[in-house]
Amino acid sequence: MSETTPPDAHPDAHLPPPPSGGASDDDRSAAGGPRSLVVETSEGPQELGRRTATAGAELRREAGAVLRLPEGVAVDPSEIDVEQSDDETMIINMGPQHPSTHGVLRLMLELDGETVLRTKPVIGYLHTGMEKTAEELTYVQGSTNVTRMDYLSPLHNELVLSLAVESLLGVEMPPRCDWIRMLLVELNRVSSHLMWMATNGMDIGSTSMMIYGFREREMILAFFEKTTGLRMNHNFIRPGGTAADLPDGWEDDVAIICDTVLPRTDEYDELLTGQPVFRQRSEGIGNISAEEALALSLTGPILRSTGVPWDLRRSMPYLRYDEVEFDVIVGTYGDNFDRYSIRLNEIRESVRIIRQIVEKMPAGDYRVQDKKVTPPPRARIDESMEALIHHFKVYTEGFRVPEGEVYVAVESPRGELGCYLVSDGSPKPYRMHIRGPSFVNLQGLPLMMRGGLVADAVAVCSSVDPVMGEVDR
Amino acid sequence: MSSAAGATPAAGATPTPAAAGGTSPRRPRPGGEVLFPTRAQYGGLVRSLRDEGFEMCADLCAVDYLAHPGRTLPEGVTPERFEVVVNLLSLSQARRVRVRVQVPADDAVLPSLFDVYPGTEAMEREAYDLFGVVFEGHPDMTRILLPEEWEGHPLRKDYGVGRVPVQFKGAPGPR
Repeated sequence: MSETTPPDAHPDAHLPPPPSGGASDDDRSAAGGPRSLVVETSEGPQELGRRTATAGAELRREAGAVLRLPEGVAVDPSEIDVEQSDDETMIINMGPQHPSTHGVLRLMLELDGETVLRTKPVIGYLHTGMEKTAEELTYVQGSTNVTRMDYLSPLHNELVLSLAVESLLGVEMPPRCDWIRMLLVELNRVSSHLMWMATNGMDIGSTSMMIYGFREREMILAFFEKTTGLRMNHNFIRPGGTAADLPDGWEDDVAIICDTVLPRTDEYDELLTGQPVFRQRSEGIGNISAEEALALSLTGPILRSTGVPWDLRRSMPYLRYDEVEFDVIVGTYGDNFDRYSIRLNEIRESVRIIRQIVEKMPAGDYRVQDKKVTPPPRARIDESMEALIHHFKVYTEGFRVPEGEVYVAVESPRGELGCYLVSDGSPKPYRMHIRGPSFVNLQGLPLMMRGGLVADAVAVCSSVDPVMGEVDR
Repeated sequence: MSSAAGATPAAGATPTPAAAGGTSPRRPRPGGEVLFPTRAQYGGLVRSLRDEGFEMCADLCAVDYLAHPGRTLPEGVTPERFEVVVNLLSLSQARRVRVRVQVPADDAVLPSLFDVYPGTEAMEREAYDLFGVVFEGHPDMTRILLPEEWEGHPLRKDYGVGRVPVQFKGAPGPR
């Protein structure tokens, strides 16, 4: 490979040589290590280097050959069925400002004609250091921060932080609080999946689906606004309970949402599922096997599309998910169509869960009555000096959480959303790490896109459903 | 954990979700077991855990304990500045295990888990980017979130938060 390549016949020769001359060629071939992956082209440095430079482990990862190999077995990269010719390939950048990358995701694609050989997701364009910020905020303020990570399912972010903090505190939530939280996160799952249906429709050319998805999502966001005061970034689920009780007449609102969304999913079915163009663009596209998905730590609809019935709501129940009936939707082939069907049917299952929640919603308190954790009601402040002090303390200093560390995970619409929380006994988290499902799921892209058409790259990326706010944090 | 390669089990010394009470004693949240291997045991322990049925590495992250040196650790574990926390998940047994390995500040190097769990690729790059812990054997040990030319590792405790001074209208400028 690299030994047989003369220095003059550079593999990137199809690109016009840099105007300043090709003197850098020799520097490149001389340099070793990961830095040599930077290739100078007419459009500046490109970090996806020559294939010969990345032959070993990365190639094995793409092919999935590294998965579950017995110890000591070495894989010869040349045995893997990959195009080895460098002279006909081309590196293009999709993004970071591509309308179909759902934010600022940059995909470097190596193309052979129209076939995608290699993909490298480049992320970090939206990195704002939210984990560092979290260390500066008290636990009371923390949910304002995390809710902005996955902005399509903000309530899941708030939930996972609250569960982690409450786990360290060792307090138990009143039943109504659990059920309110479940109601909200399930509605959030519906709205997130509707949003995905909309953007996925747009990505593969069905603009009607985009309009429909946004229309139904708006109903749910209106209910969120009525309940929490905000359409997004609610800061409603907090450590210690929720910010308020559900508004009067919430049962009617939720019933209207359920009665509207459920028949509309049948309309989407009619619009997309049977449509030949949609099926051709999604069936057998972006395949991934269960073994590969597990090895790459993919979770959520991607893992379920390969036939693994793994849903944290069922397998490791949190809140009161063991008291409601629902089905875990799984696919068979692990392709785009399976992921679409899973999300469509998860909307139906969520509606089923929401209807049970409305029936079972108990009366009681919506937050824990622990004065050290929960601020007192406004009316008490006028009557009680103690209440005023507690109110002041909670909002200025926050509450102290016992020393310890905990990992809590919930099933967000995109997969396992985890929160690793370390407390040193102060009112601020010592370390808060969010395991974002989108961040991990993006690792599946190179494998899913490999060998596909560049036109399908958009559809595959869409079917992963990455939310860049959560990827970059 | 019979094949845990001599690692020190937590033995209730570390608060786990179950030990701390959890949100609900009615249903203790699964996944509290914590293991503390040394750096030499780390790779072998994770490999044996995978063979025991932990099919997925759910999460890998680092913690900088510079400002909190007196944390609770079980007997025999020497606290170091950095700690890498690996969350393994067994789908077949619906169970989690956390592997916490101490990494000294002057030699912040750890073997990569890439060969055992390819899914740790992005997570190890994130830990390297934000903490400067180097994973040996990783195929592409580069920054993932920050630009390549960034100096320092922002999630370290001795890295400042940084702020922009507020510009008041009418106030004299910096010069």
